[in-house]
Amino acid sequence: MDNRTIDLMQKRLRRRYARETRFQWYGRISIAIALIFLMFLFVNIFSKGYSAFQQSAIMLTVNLDESEFPQDRKDPGAMMAVDYGGLIKQSLYRQFPEVTERKDKRALFQLISPGAVYALRDQVAANPDSIGNSIDVWLPANDDVDMYIKHVADQADATAMRLSEQQVVWIEKLRTDQRLEKKFNRIFFTSGDSREPELAGIRGALTGSFLTLVVTLLLSFPIGVGAAIYLEEFAPKNRWTDLVEVNVNNLAAVPSIIFGLLGLAVFINFFGVPRSAPLVGGLVLTLMTLPTIIISSRAVIKAVPPSIREAALGVGASHVQTVFSHVVPLALPGMLTGTIIGMGRALGETAPLLMIGMVAFVVDVPTSFTDSSTALPVQIYLWADSPERGFEERTSAAIMVLLGFLVVMNAAAVYLRKRFEHKW
Amino acid sequence: MNTTNLFFLLCLLGVLGFLFGRHRAYATSHGSIKNLNSLPSHYGMYAMTLTVIPALVLLACWAMLSSQAIEKVLILELPPEMQALPRAELGLLINDVRNAALGQSIAGDDVQLIRQLGKRYLELERDSTRMLWLLCLALCAGGVAWAWHHIQARHPARTRVERIVVLALITCSLIAVLTTIGIVLSVIFESILFFKQIPLTQFLFGLEWSPQMAIRADQVGSSGAFGAVPLFAGTLLISGIAMVVAVPIGLMSSIYMAEYASRRVRSILKPVLEILAGIPTVVYGFFAALTVAPLIRDFGHALGLQVASESALAAGLVMGIMIIPFVSSISDDVISAVPRAMREGSYGLGATQSETIRLVIIPAALPGIVGGVLLAISRAIGETMIVVMAAGLSANLTANPLEAVTTVTVQIVTLLVGDQEFDSPKTLAAFALGLVLFLVTLLLNIIALHVVRRYREQYE
Repeated sequence: MDNRTIDLMQKRLRRRYARETRFQWYGRISIAIALIFLMFLFVNIFSKGYSAFQQSAIMLTVNLDESEFPQDRKDPGAMMAVDYGGLIKQSLYRQFPEVTERKDKRALFQLISPGAVYALRDQVAANPDSIGNSIDVWLPANDDVDMYIKHVADQADATAMRLSEQQVVWIEKLRTDQRLEKKFNRIFFTSGDSREPELAGIRGALTGSFLTLVVTLLLSFPIGVGAAIYLEEFAPKNRWTDLVEVNVNNLAAVPSIIFGLLGLAVFINFFGVPRSAPLVGGLVLTLMTLPTIIISSRAVIKAVPPSIREAALGVGASHVQTVFSHVVPLALPGMLTGTIIGMGRALGETAPLLMIGMVAFVVDVPTSFTDSSTALPVQIYLWADSPERGFEERTSAAIMVLLGFLVVMNAAAVYLRKRFEHKW
Repeated sequence: MNTTNLFFLLCLLGVLGFLFGRHRAYATSHGSIKNLNSLPSHYGMYAMTLTVIPALVLLACWAMLSSQAIEKVLILELPPEMQALPRAELGLLINDVRNAALGQSIAGDDVQLIRQLGKRYLELERDSTRMLWLLCLALCAGGVAWAWHHIQARHPARTRVERIVVLALITCSLIAVLTTIGIVLSVIFESILFFKQIPLTQFLFGLEWSPQMAIRADQVGSSGAFGAVPLFAGTLLISGIAMVVAVPIGLMSSIYMAEYASRRVRSILKPVLEILAGIPTVVYGFFAALTVAPLIRDFGHALGLQVASESALAAGLVMGIMIIPFVSSISDDVISAVPRAMREGSYGLGATQSETIRLVIIPAALPGIVGGVLLAISRAIGETMIVVMAAGLSANLTANPLEAVTTVTVQIVTLLVGDQEFDSPKTLAAFALGLVLFLVTLLLNIIALHVVRRYREQYE
């Protein structure tokens, strides 16, 4: 071979090796893009949401004047009718004696959340002995104040935060007096939805999700496992069984919103199940998670070796006894794993719930399966649409709670799988 | 005396029935259970089924159908001129009657009549519940009598119970089929009503979509146009962007994980990538609408481009990221399924690893990969929350990814959230769109599953 050919070959070889390296880098870069996006998503949501777990509160010295209260402290109606707003106003004006103009007074009162009235009422109801004395109470601040406290550092212009200069001065004064502090946001976990960001919480949505998932679990686990057992152990191999199989596989890939249409047309319009209720939500999510549970349960049953069945049949067990006393107990952990994963999907599902009216603005925490309610992901959707800035951090915080539940559920599934995994 | 109490009573009766059956079996065994055909518990279960299952089935049917039956009876008792009212008005009337029965305040012209009907409604409801109790208890008594008569030492209780168990399992598996039938019927039924008002050709080929109907006849500009082409185009645009993101990234990462990565790296990377598929779509929607869309808009403005704040690009991009794990996990499976011999043959001829992958493995795995991509497309088309939150509502017919477009799923949600009237084309249009969506995704799924299965068989 002459030198030119060798040269050419070596050149070609170098090109081929360079291409090899490039190809590997494409793979690395693809994975990196996916991971970077994942990180970006989490960091973004956590950095937006963590601040919602704290809420600004203002300490006021309220004088619970005896004359404002009814004689009979036990009468709940009269105790409700007490003018707590007036009491709060008076204590505010005492705090800022220089405010005399009506307009300023109103601006001052706006620093306090409209929910402060109820906070004070509950406080008084909790220890009625305090009536007649002056007490120090922490009352929730308005969401504009809250946003100012949380974001003043990264925003030069305070007026952009919907506060007047005068109000900012008052806030700074309250802050130097240590009467304005960030406290743990209890309201977020203990109350239902509200139009005011500082009073909005996820308890209603969480309860709604919980009730919905209870219905889903009670229906989809027995039905799904039953269907899987039938298809895997009892079904004859014929066209009908094939049809059921194809059906299940296809249902697993039907868009979730279609299940919402089904729920609306069949459950609500035809059977008259109450709209917006966890019951109908649970029914729809049951149909949606069934294919997942059936497919995963079948895989687990299939993995139980035939020797187990043959041993049981050999000592005289009937077919049903073999399945229910030997195969199912061995497959149960795997079936539970599949069910938990299905429940996780159901917990995060939003679209079908929009169809069946679980998007209503519900303030009360639902107490039964037929009350109207929302679910946690739907609450996220509703808050994401709200223009108030306070809702943005609450949306992120609600997402954090949702992701937290999903992590716990998936961790449980992984633990179950690891703990009871059989290598036959 | 309500239905819930009846349910709990039936559960209790079931337990009693079990004990009764077992006791009866012992009693007829002449002192030794060796004389029995089946285990005592089988007799117990047999008696329990006989006692409560018929009653429970009746209870379930009753709960589903009684409110409709009551309405029918109520309508039949109305004066004839009211019976002749159109369906929608009759529905409103029944609603009022129900509210009156619940003791809520009602408004309208015929308060007196509605009050009266409300009372009648309560009466009917009470009668219906009484009848249900009576029938259920009668069924239980009949079951007990039957069990008493039949349970004897030679009775083959086990085979009977096992037959019932298998029947129950068959019922479970039927529910999957019933779901499909329910989906098909519910969308087709409402779609037919829709196509009676709007011709099919206008729906499939019309270029204008504005589903707002005029409330008054003389209103301007809201005649309602139901040409779905802009929706299909928007759906395709967003899904297309998603696939442009998801296919290369998903495919390359699965190739890297299947062929290059060490076992340890793979065992970490794979579950981490799967997290992307586990995040609820509403989270992606929030992220797309509040973070990605503004980023893209600002970036576009910096380049001097006109970018809508609800651009198709933002929704498509985020959707693409969500779909990566679907593409990568299926391609991972099919790439791993390519036989070793093919790889080694290629290496033996002196090919580098990447040449083997590009020229041997991917062509061999192509059908499987195509199947996976088809499944991913069907998922992108049916994806709802990301587009509801991040894509627009205005039906633009455009191919520009920087403009706002709307999709089929967005329109279904907007048409059905809020007040619904099941006689206006606006509400029914959602079901027609649902029908199209169902058929398209079904077709894609069937093709994809078929391709993937055929491919698996090829190398087994």
